[in-house]
Amino acid sequence: MKRVYVNEQWCLGCRLCEYHCAFANSKESDMVKALKNKKIHSNIRVESKGNINFAVSCRHCEDPLCIRGCITGALQRINGLIVVDKNRCVHCYTCIVCCPYGAISPSEDGAIQKCELCVKNNNGVPACVSGCINQAIVYEER
Amino acid sequence: MNYIYPEYEVVRNYSRCITCRACENQCANKVHSYLECENRMESTDDNCVNCHRCVSICPTRALKIVKSTHTFRENANWTGKTINEIYKQAQSGGVLLSSMGNPESYPIYFDKILINASQVTNPSIDPLREPMETRVFLGRKSHEIVRDANRKVITKTTPQLDLSVPIMFSAMSYGSISYNAHESLAKASEQLGIYYNTGEGGLHEDFYKYSKNTIVQVASGRFGVHKDYLNTAAAIEIKMGQGAKPGIGGHLPGAKIVGAVSRTRMIPEGSDAISPAPHHDIYSIEDLRQLVFSLKEATDYKKPVIVKIAAVHNVTSIASGIARSGADMIAIDGFRGGTGAAPTKIRDNVGIPIELALASVDKRLRDEGIRDSVSLIVGGSIRSSSDIVKAIALGADCVYIGSAALIAMGCHLCRSCQSGKCNWGIATQAPELVKRLNPAIAYQRLVNLVSAWEHEIKEMMGGMGINSIESLKGNRLMLRGVGLNEKELSILGIYHAGE
Amino acid sequence: MTLREGDIRIPSGCAVSGIIDKSRKRFSGEEIIKSIAVMRERGNGLGGGFAAYGIYPEYKDYYAFHIFYDNPEIKKQCELFMDEHFDIINLSKIPTKKMSEIKDEPLIWRYFVTPHPTKLKASQLDEREFVVKSVFKINTGIKGAYVFSSGKNMGVFKAVGHPEDVGRFYKLEEYEGHCFTAHGRYPTNTPGWWGGAHPFALLDYSVIHNGEISSYDANRRCIEMYGYKCTLQTDTEVITYIVDYLHRKKGLDFKEIASVIAAPFWKTIENYSEDEKKKAEYFRNVFASLLITGPFSIIVGYQDGLVALNDRLKLRPMVVAEKGSRVYIASEEAAVRIIEEDLDHIWAPRGGEAVVIKAWEDK
Repeated sequence: MKRVYVNEQWCLGCRLCEYHCAFANSKESDMVKALKNKKIHSNIRVESKGNINFAVSCRHCEDPLCIRGCITGALQRINGLIVVDKNRCVHCYTCIVCCPYGAISPSEDGAIQKCELCVKNNNGVPACVSGCINQAIVYEER
Repeated sequence: MNYIYPEYEVVRNYSRCITCRACENQCANKVHSYLECENRMESTDDNCVNCHRCVSICPTRALKIVKSTHTFRENANWTGKTINEIYKQAQSGGVLLSSMGNPESYPIYFDKILINASQVTNPSIDPLREPMETRVFLGRKSHEIVRDANRKVITKTTPQLDLSVPIMFSAMSYGSISYNAHESLAKASEQLGIYYNTGEGGLHEDFYKYSKNTIVQVASGRFGVHKDYLNTAAAIEIKMGQGAKPGIGGHLPGAKIVGAVSRTRMIPEGSDAISPAPHHDIYSIEDLRQLVFSLKEATDYKKPVIVKIAAVHNVTSIASGIARSGADMIAIDGFRGGTGAAPTKIRDNVGIPIELALASVDKRLRDEGIRDSVSLIVGGSIRSSSDIVKAIALGADCVYIGSAALIAMGCHLCRSCQSGKCNWGIATQAPELVKRLNPAIAYQRLVNLVSAWEHEIKEMMGGMGINSIESLKGNRLMLRGVGLNEKELSILGIYHAGE
Repeated sequence: MTLREGDIRIPSGCAVSGIIDKSRKRFSGEEIIKSIAVMRERGNGLGGGFAAYGIYPEYKDYYAFHIFYDNPEIKKQCELFMDEHFDIINLSKIPTKKMSEIKDEPLIWRYFVTPHPTKLKASQLDEREFVVKSVFKINTGIKGAYVFSSGKNMGVFKAVGHPEDVGRFYKLEEYEGHCFTAHGRYPTNTPGWWGGAHPFALLDYSVIHNGEISSYDANRRCIEMYGYKCTLQTDTEVITYIVDYLHRKKGLDFKEIASVIAAPFWKTIENYSEDEKKKAEYFRNVFASLLITGPFSIIVGYQDGLVALNDRLKLRPMVVAEKGSRVYIASEEAAVRIIEEDLDHIWAPRGGEAVVIKAWEDK
C-alpha cells in the first residue's frame, strides 16, 4: 500500500506541509481565505529539535493501536487506510492516547481528526507531499 | 549611523500573508521575523540579498522583492553604486568582494550574432524525423594513419573524452559549493553522458563512483591532489586561471574547512585554503609542459590533460603555447565567468569577452596548422542553447556551463556566495542550508536543462541543414553580426547581416 | 559588376552524369554529351563541363595543364613561370568551335609538362605535390590565369553555357576516352567566369557535384590547415581538396573516404561488428571536421575509375547502372536510358554508400 513517508534528511522544518494539509481539508478553494487569521489544525505536524526536523502523520499501521482502542468503531481500516467516521466518534480520545506517534488530534468540532491521505478531499497525491519543497515527504510503496 | 540604504525592499501583501512563517524559517539572512503580539510578519530589508528563497516558497504569493527607489542626487559620473562602494570601504578598509560573473554592461557579442537557416537551395532537416547528431570527442585529432601488415587501420588514438552533447559542467569545488550540489552535478553528468569538474577542492570519496564522468582539477594550491584522485578521473584539468578573476588565486576561509571539506582538500580543519595566484612551479610555458607531462606520467598517458586559462589580452599566444605543450584540450574562461568569491574590481574590470577570445584563438591555431592537436572548450558565460550554437560555429569543440547549471539547481544569482549563507543550499557548507538542495530534485533539473538545450541545438542545426555537430564547428559562414563594427567583425571572422 | 567565384559564395543545383568502361576501351565523347543534354532542365545555362579520362594516350606520362587566360599578357607571365618549373613537352590552343551559345571565351591553352628535375629535387617534394603546389601558385599568384586541369592522360573542359553546348564548343565528340563525367550547373547567381564551372580538378582527381553543403566553412577552415587554399568559395573546390587530401596524402581508399565525408550515423555504427565499429568511430573522430553535411551527389573521377557518393541522407538524386563492362552514373535514369536502353542492372545507391568503380588494370 502507498503511504506517506518522511525522509528526515531532507525535511527542512519549514512547516509548509502543515499549511497545505490544513488548506486541503478546509473545503476552501483559496488558501488565503482558508487560513488567513486562523489557527490551523493539520493532520501532519513537524517536530523539530536543533537541526533535525521530521514531519509526523498517521502511518496507517498494519496493527493499528488506535482501532484497538476505539470504543465505538469510529476508526476503521478500509483497504489498509485508517479512516474516521466522525458521526460515531464520542470524543473519548482513547485513540489519541493510544497512538504512539501522536498522529491523531481533536478537531475544532471536538471529533478526532487524522491523516486520511487526502482521499476525502482531493484526488491524486496527498497535499503535504505535493506541497513539500524538498521532496522530503513522499507518497510511495515500500 | 549607517550610510547605506538597503538596495532591495521586501514587499509583503498583508491581505495574502497567512503568517505561516515559512519565509522566516527559510531566510538565513534573518530578513523576516514574526511579531507575535500583532500576529504579523515583519521584514528587515537591510539583510535582504534578493535571493528569492522566501518569494519562491511563499504558499500564497504574498511576497515580492523590489529595487529600492531611494536614490542619490542624479550624477552620471558618481553613480549610487560607486558611492555606496566608497561608503563600504571607508567603513571597513577592506577589498570589495563579490561573486558570480561580471554584471557590468560590457557588450555581449553572443547577442549581436545571428544564426543562419536553409531556404530553397538546401533543405532544412527535421530532428524529429531524421537523425541529428550531437556526439563529440574531445582530444587530439592526429591525421597520421597507421596500418598494419594487412593494411588494416590501427585505430588507437591519444586519450579522448566522449560526450553525448558538447556541454560540460565547469569547475566548481567542493567547498565553494556544497556536497549536495556536487552530487547533483555528478549524477546528472552520468545520466547525460557528459562530464563535471571537481574544481580545486579534491574529490569526495563518495563520488569516486562517478569517476567516468569526472574531470579532476589540479590548481595552484594542489588541494586534494593524490595519485588515486588523478587516476580515477576521466580527464585532468590544470587550472591556470579563471575568467572571473584572472591573475588572482583563491581563498576559502578556514571557517569553511570543516569535516569532509578538510579531509577532501587534505588540509587541517580550520586552516585557510589559499591557492596562490600563479602555480609556483610554473613561471613560464616550458614549466607548464613539465606539469602536463608529470600528470601524464602519473596516469600512464591514459588521461587527457586540459589546461584552463582566463581570457586575457594575449590569450591567442598563450593558447598557441599550450597547444604545443602536450595538452589535449584548452579551456578558455571569459570575463563573465562565475566565481564563489572574487575582488569586485577584478571581476568587473579584468579579462576579455569569451566570444572574441574564442574567435581569435581558433583562428590563430588554424593559421598555425595546430587546431586539430587540441580541443577548445569555452565558458564564461554560456547562457543558452543559442550561445552554444554560436560558440561552436565560432570554433569551439565544447562549452563549459557553470552559472547556468547553478541557476538550474535553484541559484537566483544574488551574488552573495562569499557570505556562505546560500539560502538555496548551493554555495554553503552550513548543514542546515546544504540539506535544502535535495540532489534528487537538483540533478533532475540539470538533466532537464541540458536535454532541453540539446533539443534546441538540434532544431537550430536542422534549420541550417546540418545533421551532425562536427559540421557546425568553426562554420562561421553560419553566423552574421548585427550592429558590430568592422574591427569586431574581423576579429569574430564573420560577415555583417545583409552581406 | 557581377561577382566572380571567390568573391562570393554561390550555391547551386545541378545535373551530373558519368560513364566508364571498366575494360578501358575508349569511346567518343558524343555519348556523355547526349546523356547530360537530357537533363537540360536541371541546369540554367550558367555552367557546364566535362572530365575525360584516357584521352591523351600519346602523352600519358605528362601532366596535361588546361589553362584559362584573361589576356595574352597574363599568358606570357604564366608561361614564364611554367618554363621555370617544368619542362614543357607540347603546348597548343585547345581546339574550339565558334558558336553563338558560348560567349566571352578566355584564351584556352593546353600544356603537356613534366616537373623540371632540378627544381623538383630542390623542392624536396614528391612529384605530385610539386605539381599541386605549382598549380596553387599560378591560381593564387597570377591573377587572370587559372589552371583548371592538371592530371595525366585526362582533361577537364568547361565553360559558361549549357553543358551540351560546352561539349560541342570543345569538340568533345572528337576525343576518345574510357571514362567521362559531365555537369550542368544551376547557380543561384550569374557568374561571368568560366573557372567556376564544374568539374573541379586537381591532378587526376576531378569532382562534379550537385548540392549545397551546409558544412562548407567547417570543411574549408579545416582543409586550409593542410596546405590547401580555397579561392573559389565553391563546394566542389573544397570537396576536391578533401578527396585529394584523404586519398593522395593520407592513403585512404574511397570506401574509407566515404566513411569520413558521408559518415554513417552513430546509430548505424552501433550495429557494426566490433572491428568495424572501432574503425568507423576512429574515422569520425579524427577527421570530424571533414564530415560533409547538406545535400550532395558527387562523382569523383581519378586515374583508376569513378566514385559515386550521396550525402548521408540522400537529399539529391543519383542512379547507377551497369551494362557489360560499362557503368553509368547520373542524376536521372533518363540520362542513362538515352544512351543505353538495355541495361543489366540499375539501382539507386543509399545515402552515404560509396559506389567505387575501378577500371581494370591498364595493360
